[in-house]
Amino acid sequence: MSTEILVFFVFVLSIFLGFELISRVPSMLHTPLMSGTNAIHGIILLGGMLVLADAHSPLTIALGFVAVVFGSANVFGGFMVTDRMLQMFKKKKK
Amino acid sequence: MSSSIALTYIAAAVLFILGIKFLSSPKTARYGNLLAAFGMLVALIATVPLLGKEETSLLKHGWSLNYTLMVVGIVIGLVIGAIGAYSVKMTAMPQMVAAFNGLGGGAAALVASLEFLRRANSPEGITTFFAITMLFATLIGSLSFSGSIIAFLKLEGHLEKPHTFPGQNVLNGLILLVILGLCGFLTVESSNNHATQAFIAMFVLALVFGVAMVMPIGGADMPVVISLLNSFTGLAVAADGFTIDNISMIVAGTLVGSSGTLLTLLMCQAMNRPVTNVLFGAFGSGGGSKTAAGGIAGTVKPIQADEAAVLLSYASQVVIVPGYGMAVAQAQHSVRELSDELGKRGVEVRFAIHPVAGRMPGHMNVLLAEANVPYDQLCEMEAINPTMDRVDVCLVIGANDVVNPAAREEKTSPIYGMPIIEADHAKTVIVMKRSMATGFAGIENHLFYKDNTRMLFGDAKASLNALVAAVKAS
Repeated sequence: MSTEILVFFVFVLSIFLGFELISRVPSMLHTPLMSGTNAIHGIILLGGMLVLADAHSPLTIALGFVAVVFGSANVFGGFMVTDRMLQMFKKKKK
Repeated sequence: MSSSIALTYIAAAVLFILGIKFLSSPKTARYGNLLAAFGMLVALIATVPLLGKEETSLLKHGWSLNYTLMVVGIVIGLVIGAIGAYSVKMTAMPQMVAAFNGLGGGAAALVASLEFLRRANSPEGITTFFAITMLFATLIGSLSFSGSIIAFLKLEGHLEKPHTFPGQNVLNGLILLVILGLCGFLTVESSNNHATQAFIAMFVLALVFGVAMVMPIGGADMPVVISLLNSFTGLAVAADGFTIDNISMIVAGTLVGSSGTLLTLLMCQAMNRPVTNVLFGAFGSGGGSKTAAGGIAGTVKPIQADEAAVLLSYASQVVIVPGYGMAVAQAQHSVRELSDELGKRGVEVRFAIHPVAGRMPGHMNVLLAEANVPYDQLCEMEAINPTMDRVDVCLVIGANDVVNPAAREEKTSPIYGMPIIEADHAKTVIVMKRSMATGFAGIENHLFYKDNTRMLFGDAKASLNALVAAVKAS
């Protein structure tokens, strides 16, 4: 079995896993959830770093730089804003 | 990829999965988010040895200008993200998610573009599979970028009304066809001399398409749009993962893509509308069967805060229905105060949360949580409706379409069939509202004209403060 097929296998399983994980979230947590998953796709920062490392021309370096800034804002901002939302979910202090 | 890096990526993937799982309970949600963040840190560190092909490898050849820029870029992004995350008001949370999502989409499109242009100009060329993944990531990423910007602007209060013109769907369809045509050309002819131009044209058209797609959708449907664009960005990131051969990006992006798709469908389900209707129906235009105010039986009966306070303090069961108006007036703290004050007098207070109240699912929960309303006091629509007959006073704060009985009674109404909170079943309904203006769906609300409804006009926060004072005094 080639590596490509194995990677594709992981991809398909991830689709089903995503569906399963979400179906059990109560609607009150949907906003933090959307925000949290939004932060997780900030993993694109890795992609930005990888292409910037390989960039040679001024244009590609500039675009790679922009990708890193965007990805970094997505990932850090995403997790911080989710945490700020979730720290407010507490039970009534008796 | 060495096996130690691969194993670290597996660890990161497990942390993401556990993080999302823990997010599903209010008790563990915060911990879940921190786990996912920790997973991200693990993935970041594991990527360092992978940076750079042979001749630019960080480990083999050391530091270069690119790495300086990388660190600077990460720090700039960190600062932007932190300022955004900690300065945003809780009521503006949906915009913030839209903005971060747009940035992620933009990054995904750029990564795919750079990789495509690099490979198209290299002797090795591009195989069909990689061409498709790169074009997909560029297309979806850039339309998510521009679509999120429009969603952001709409939520900020600009461009709020849907923008439609005759033949819009046809024009959008044509743009999409041209985009797909260009993608087809680029897949087959990736080393063609004109590939770069065709690629740039595709990129620009994808940006235009993102704008054209979101523009006709009303502000009330932005939660669905953001959720959809969030899953789009996830898929673009996954496609990027295939392109640059990074399995952690594939797993994380796919998880977001599939969970976001499901969330989008759940939200449409809550509004009883197929997703196609949200995206292409230009629902918020208020066109079609708008009922004129004169056509509704009954009169509007105003009430003053003192009288409302008496009704509330002598009730045994009160249900509060918050809506976007509460968010706009920043009234969540005043609501909590009122609920506490009533609680002290032995009134049982519950909050009825409609799945699409506000501008995001769970928007109201976040606001009330910010104001320290315990989450066990928040009830979902399905739980509260069967008990509505026994409720003495239902206090509607800035909610409109989600309590409109037209959804149940009037077959011609654009919101007919949407599940609503049955506020009109309570013995008395007090509606707090600034004016008689219509809600986002642009339709008259029959609730305001019912015999058991009283209207408390004014800014929600000011009215609530008056109520609290009156309850304390009584």
